Amino acid sequence: MGLLSKKDSKLILDPLADNNPITIQVLGICSALAITAQLKPSIVMAISVIFVLGVGNVIISLMRNIIPSKIRIIVQLIVVATLVIIVDQVLKAFAYELSKELSVFIGLIITNCIIMGRFEAFALGNGPWKSFLDGVGNALGYGIILIIVGFFRELLGSGTLFGFKVLGDPVEKTFLYSIGYENNGFMVLPPMALIVVGIIIWVQRSRNRALIEEN
Amino acid sequence: MGLKQKLHRLKEKYKGTKMAPAFNALHTFLYLPNDTTHGGTHVKAADDLKRTMNIVIMALIPCLIFGMFNAGYQHYLALGEINAASGGFFSSEFWTMSNFSLGAWKILPLVAISYGVGLGIEFLFAVIKGHEVEEGYLVTGMLVPLIVPVDIPLWMLVVAVAFGVVIGKEVFGGTGMNILNPALTIRAFLFFAYPTWMSGDKVWVHGAVERAGTPDAISGETILGSLAQNKVFEYDTMDMFFGFIPGSVGETSTLLIILGALILIFTKIGSWRIMLSSIIGALVMGYLFNLVAEWGWISESSKFYSLMSIEFWKHLLIGGLAFGIVYMATDPVTASQTNKGKWFYGFLIGFISVMIRVFNPAYPEGVMLAILLMNVFAPTIDHYVLQGNIKRRAKRLKVKTA
Repeated sequence: MGLLSKKDSKLILDPLADNNPITIQVLGICSALAITAQLKPSIVMAISVIFVLGVGNVIISLMRNIIPSKIRIIVQLIVVATLVIIVDQVLKAFAYELSKELSVFIGLIITNCIIMGRFEAFALGNGPWKSFLDGVGNALGYGIILIIVGFFRELLGSGTLFGFKVLGDPVEKTFLYSIGYENNGFMVLPPMALIVVGIIIWVQRSRNRALIEEN
Repeated sequence: MGLKQKLHRLKEKYKGTKMAPAFNALHTFLYLPNDTTHGGTHVKAADDLKRTMNIVIMALIPCLIFGMFNAGYQHYLALGEINAASGGFFSSEFWTMSNFSLGAWKILPLVAISYGVGLGIEFLFAVIKGHEVEEGYLVTGMLVPLIVPVDIPLWMLVVAVAFGVVIGKEVFGGTGMNILNPALTIRAFLFFAYPTWMSGDKVWVHGAVERAGTPDAISGETILGSLAQNKVFEYDTMDMFFGFIPGSVGETSTLLIILGALILIFTKIGSWRIMLSSIIGALVMGYLFNLVAEWGWISESSKFYSLMSIEFWKHLLIGGLAFGIVYMATDPVTASQTNKGKWFYGFLIGFISVMIRVFNPAYPEGVMLAILLMNVFAPTIDHYVLQGNIKRRAKRLKVKTA
């Protein structure tokens, strides 16, 4: 890659797979369960977190030398809260329906452990460019899992993708529904999101045995 | 050369290869294994896992056969083609060839699917992981067709069995390691995934779904279903005891379930402690509800009134409570292991089953959820029983040495 040095591209690519915040570090599970019943909110959530974490990491990194370490958590919270409110207001202004659907979960990005985790673990000790890459990388890793889970849950649970009826119409019995297929109601319920995440973890660790923890 | 020799030869030939577990499974299923234990203590007992499983299956066969007759009987009775059974358990209206053939036509595919898919996955996992195929699925495969409605679409059963075996059992490490009863995991999956096929007033009698909305519509309401809606039902107590009522395939006949329970208790495979304490638990909860209804704490217009006021012992005759207590609560893997723990475990299953039944009309059959819940708590119960025992003995030791 010409644009990024090898070290920098590692910052982005690592969290996508072998150091994924959800499947490896098991952070940010709550939101992964709550908003992935459909694909669209999953993607919006992913974009919001990419914005908050990318920009937040840069801000914290710029301020890292002037933040007194005793009150750093408060400073971090203020930064996240500001960014989250920006995201929330933008969504309310331009995608009101969607923001209603995501309801409190946009506000709850503040409590997403991935964000505070990256601030503490990375942005406080690295320069702004690297922090930006790390933030975007981790948020992308989070977003990928969200989108995979959202894809399967919406496809199997509601028979749609982005609200578009890809498997036919369940009421008028077209396409798959004409031969007796039915939507899996379990997929819409949060426990199934946990099971889907579990299956992703299973697949990932059986492909890369180095990830399996010893006990 | 007989089949036995051929299998022995095959086993030698495939020893150490990937497919070895699959051949060994067939071999040990049909014949005694030809190898002996090396070193250590030998426990000489005939009741290995295979035989244990087969006895449970034998205890289930009466329920299966009865279920076939009942499926046909309920169908023709709802159509008005035959009269209600009137001559006790051996009524001639019930034990007819046409009843049986219709039931077998509907239920044998369920059995075939359940075993085919489940054992297929077991073989697959055994080959991938390189361990022997375990016998655990033999019982699960027989339980599954008995606890689903007769009209369940077969592809749903395929999906549910695959889910139950993989997520309910294999991810934990296979037979003996599972936390939840696999058969109930399969049923719970069906219940939450396809509620229209697992509950309501149609699915329990063959033909009711496809006739819905037409002039020939028939009812497939179960007793619990009618009670949950405060409707009256017209089955008398003996019908409920013999099992001439609509319900899941194999759970209706309390009489045959008692027979199965006796087989399990006599062969010491099912724990009588769990069965007895579950029954006590259900009766206690039922009686408490009876008292609530009797003392007038709830009015007759309350939506809980019918289920609360039904005589407490009738809870054992309707729905799947008896079946669940005898065949599923006693599953040795997922139940409590300690004798004292079994009493708590069983009591809570009965108690919670009736509670869910009454308070949650959306889940008229509480026994499934109650057993799954207690499966999760069984290790905790065992832990406290063990700790209690250790503490008591430690105290005794202190008194002695002091």
